[in-house]
Amino acid sequence: MTTIMRSLSLLLIVGFWLPSCSWPVAQSGSLSTATVVVSVAASLSDAVGDVANVFEKQTGIQVLVNAAGSQILATQIIEEVPVDVFVSADERQMIRTIAQGNMDEGSYLQLLSNQLVVVVPSDRLMGISRPDDLIAQSVRRIALGDPEAVPGGVYAQEYLEQEGVWDALESKVVPMRNVRAALRAVEAGTVDAGVVYRTDARQSVNAVIAFDVPVGRGPRIIYPAAVSTEPPNPESAAQFFLFLQTSTAQQIFEAYGFISLLAH
Amino acid sequence: MTELFEVTGFTVLMAGVATLVMLPPGIFVAWILARRQFYGRSVLETVVTLPLVVPPVATGLILLKLLGRRGLFGGVIDAIGVDVVFTWKAVVVAMAVMGFPLLVRSARAGFEAVDRRYEGVAATLGARPLKVFWTISLPLARRGVLAGAVLGFSRAIGEFGATVMIAGSLPGSRTLSVAIYRHAELGQDTAASILIIAAVAIGFVAVYVANRLGVAT
Repeated sequence: MTTIMRSLSLLLIVGFWLPSCSWPVAQSGSLSTATVVVSVAASLSDAVGDVANVFEKQTGIQVLVNAAGSQILATQIIEEVPVDVFVSADERQMIRTIAQGNMDEGSYLQLLSNQLVVVVPSDRLMGISRPDDLIAQSVRRIALGDPEAVPGGVYAQEYLEQEGVWDALESKVVPMRNVRAALRAVEAGTVDAGVVYRTDARQSVNAVIAFDVPVGRGPRIIYPAAVSTEPPNPESAAQFFLFLQTSTAQQIFEAYGFISLLAH
Repeated sequence: MTELFEVTGFTVLMAGVATLVMLPPGIFVAWILARRQFYGRSVLETVVTLPLVVPPVATGLILLKLLGRRGLFGGVIDAIGVDVVFTWKAVVVAMAVMGFPLLVRSARAGFEAVDRRYEGVAATLGARPLKVFWTISLPLARRGVLAGAVLGFSRAIGEFGATVMIAGSLPGSRTLSVAIYRHAELGQDTAASILIIAAVAIGFVAVYVANRLGVAT
């Protein structure tokens, strides 16, 4: 009987614990090598992946990259999910974590910038070349990051408001969990257009850029970075945070189309 | 508060529509599985049960591939000017597909419990098969069918994985599950909790009704 109870309770524990396994830190305890847990905006996942590879080769420290919409990462951090370094796609989500005392304000720096573009499925170009063209009836749905919280969506709404077309477009907007998902919807042809980051659009095959949002006209896009106030891996955290600022890392970001905000 | 009523109302309405949509094919499939021997019967039985065991997100992705503009049926749907993906219709499709196996299983048990002799007697008295079905089989199997409808409805209410894939998370067409998930992601715990209470209440009523109808949930 006791063995049954024991195996049952074990099952229960494993059952509750397993979902947390998707979180990289769950594995770090069993690893002897040094690790650093980095939460980055979904739009940064590829570039940070490359940066992490170089960092791993140089230092032997394993980088666990957790990429998602910045609003989701911020919520995770506020819920005390252990993270060493956070790179958000906007200041609002970073400020949330700093205000709650999770990220260290002293380490805060503006790392990168980006640019918005309007993309359309490659098989349905529809002659879109300026914001007004999106009002046309043939454009039935436009994918954005959720403008209520996803940084890319917040920027997109700001831009469309500046152009005076937001009110006309609002009912067509399909809010997605992150900007990558908005791009996927355009690629799949399930929406007629999307407002995404230039860095994401550049890598796409089935979605093409209809027009760029000129840097001067769009909202200023800032990717801030900060270290946790209580990093689970303090030394690796400091090392990785410094590495993000090296010219090696900045060149990788620039190769993906990001704009470096650090002088180097 | 408005969100509570809007989201709950929308979810219940969509689950209701989904139940109505799945009832005719569900009853038909349940009946032929219970009463007819035919080639491919076990294949049909398995296919109908699949949404119970395949991850809902996978089912959702398959539906997206089928119904998306570049999908197998998407071209046809698009040509007749109907939007499915990212609309309330997608919510109904996801719910109906996911609730279907539960409806069929329960309704089938209902049909199997009907004594064949009654159907035989009706037939010897000259009733055509369709009339036998409407006047004998279906009324006698009604408990199973009703219970299946309630189970399918409850499953539809809670559907998340397939819904979020093909219907996304649009304001005005967010189901309870999708809205709760979104609130949780954005760290809006209070808003999520209010919706959770609604979800528990609906679930309680549905399971209670199902139990009173005499089905094991």
